[in-house]
Amino acid sequence: MSGKQHASTLPGLRRRALLKGALAVTGAAYLPASIAAPEDVDAAVAELFGSRTPQPGKVTVKIPPISENGYSVPLSVKVDSPMTAQNHVVRIAVFAEENPIALVANFELGQRAGKASIQSRIRMGGSQRIRAVAEMSDGSLWSGYAFSIVTLAACVV
Amino acid sequence: MLSRLKISSAKANAMKLLIALIVFGTSLSALGQVQSQFYDKPDLDRSLVRSGTDFLTESTRQMQKDSFGNPGLLWVDQGKALFEDDTSTVSCDSCHEDRLTGVFAKYPKHDVELNKLTNIEGQINQCRTQHQALQPLKYESTTLLSLTAYIASQSRGMPYSVTVDGGVKEYFDRGREYFFTRRGQLNLACTQCHDDNWGRMLRGDRVSQGHSNAYPAYRLEWQTMGSLHRRIADCDVGVRAAPFASGSPEYLELELYLAWRSANLPIESPGVRR
Amino acid sequence: MTIRISAPSSANRGDVIELKAMIQHDMESGYRRDQYGRPITRDILKYFECHYNGEIVFRAELFPGIAANPFLSFYTTATESGTLLFRWIDQNGQTWEEQALLEVT
Repeated sequence: MSGKQHASTLPGLRRRALLKGALAVTGAAYLPASIAAPEDVDAAVAELFGSRTPQPGKVTVKIPPISENGYSVPLSVKVDSPMTAQNHVVRIAVFAEENPIALVANFELGQRAGKASIQSRIRMGGSQRIRAVAEMSDGSLWSGYAFSIVTLAACVV
Repeated sequence: MLSRLKISSAKANAMKLLIALIVFGTSLSALGQVQSQFYDKPDLDRSLVRSGTDFLTESTRQMQKDSFGNPGLLWVDQGKALFEDDTSTVSCDSCHEDRLTGVFAKYPKHDVELNKLTNIEGQINQCRTQHQALQPLKYESTTLLSLTAYIASQSRGMPYSVTVDGGVKEYFDRGREYFFTRRGQLNLACTQCHDDNWGRMLRGDRVSQGHSNAYPAYRLEWQTMGSLHRRIADCDVGVRAAPFASGSPEYLELELYLAWRSANLPIESPGVRR
Repeated sequence: MTIRISAPSSANRGDVIELKAMIQHDMESGYRRDQYGRPITRDILKYFECHYNGEIVFRAELFPGIAANPFLSFYTTATESGTLLFRWIDQNGQTWEEQALLEVT
């Protein structure tokens, strides 16, 4: 049985040997992903915000649709809020669904910000959705997301 | 059987890379491999010269253009402070009051005293040992990168104006030969990617013309600033060739050829590259 | 550790002003390996704060998912003349600071 199977899967074995070689060549590029599995993003959101569920809306996340490198992806998050004493954003948390640590940054702001808008540069361990959750002064949570494809570099060193 | 055919996209991409590299390497190398390692052909048509910036995505281009947020400016700022630092010795700017404006564009050049080809890094180290009683700096050290980046930024917007004839011609010819010589397990010469295939896709990247005008540059892959010689070594490793040391005669000669080859492209350092 | 700050030197009372800060730091993620295959220890900046005349007006908790040489842009309302203080705190508690003066008319 094993002999028969061996014979019939020879192309498969060859393919796997090729893959092994290819993966050895490209190992460095996959390092972050290969030594750490992605974290459950919903669990990470719950850890920060408890049982409250974010509603979709009010939060605009911008990242380039195609990132030629996952090490420094420009990110902008804007939240629709009047930023008054009665009604303002107190927190913006950014989550990367495929990163080993889902929470990327936790920004605390207040009414004095005047404008609920932040920019930074983030790491992305592969193509994925970047989610941002905004906490308002009334305790409500809002979320938005954007997707970016992280392309593979021409030459892997 | 069906399940065996299901391979993850990462593995599929890895396989595509392998096939692409094999096809790219072997098909191009089939002709010249036996006769000579030197791939003899004309230089890049100077009317077609395009900066590496043109082959980047818009967001990387914006990062370079950002007069505050270009991360390479952290090294330029530090370099400026080092240039003015007179705490332990005579400062650079006490001799170079012009802040070496336009000087970077003239390197590498032949150093008459040392009778060898020298780039800005070498010149900085010579100044340190001869005039400042300081130790020479290592390639890729923050201090050398910062000083180089600051001096390069003082030539930003100017084209290279290197001398390639007279006593320098032998260096130039060897640098050119390096560019046209197949090397490494993939048996590829610089020219085969950067003259023959620029503008075409290699996996997710568009192949550039391989110009040096962004360096020292902040490379996203490095997550830091790096020298041109580090970048060249990466290309050598990319074709699975043993790289030369930073500051080696081989890389200095190639640096000279690259400076000439970039024709009238403005110096962009600190560039941002992927 | 080189720091770059972008802040207006003057503003009208009530203006919403953009502040930018960038600092030279590897933000070593803890997920990379060196050339011998050994894991490189995590070494990151953990907090960033902006104090406006002593009051914290913006604060960020940073994780390894923030890119090397962290760049931040945010806003605050110009209320009175004084000092903007930008402070980074790493995972070991070491701090780096830079200040900017703001004149409000």
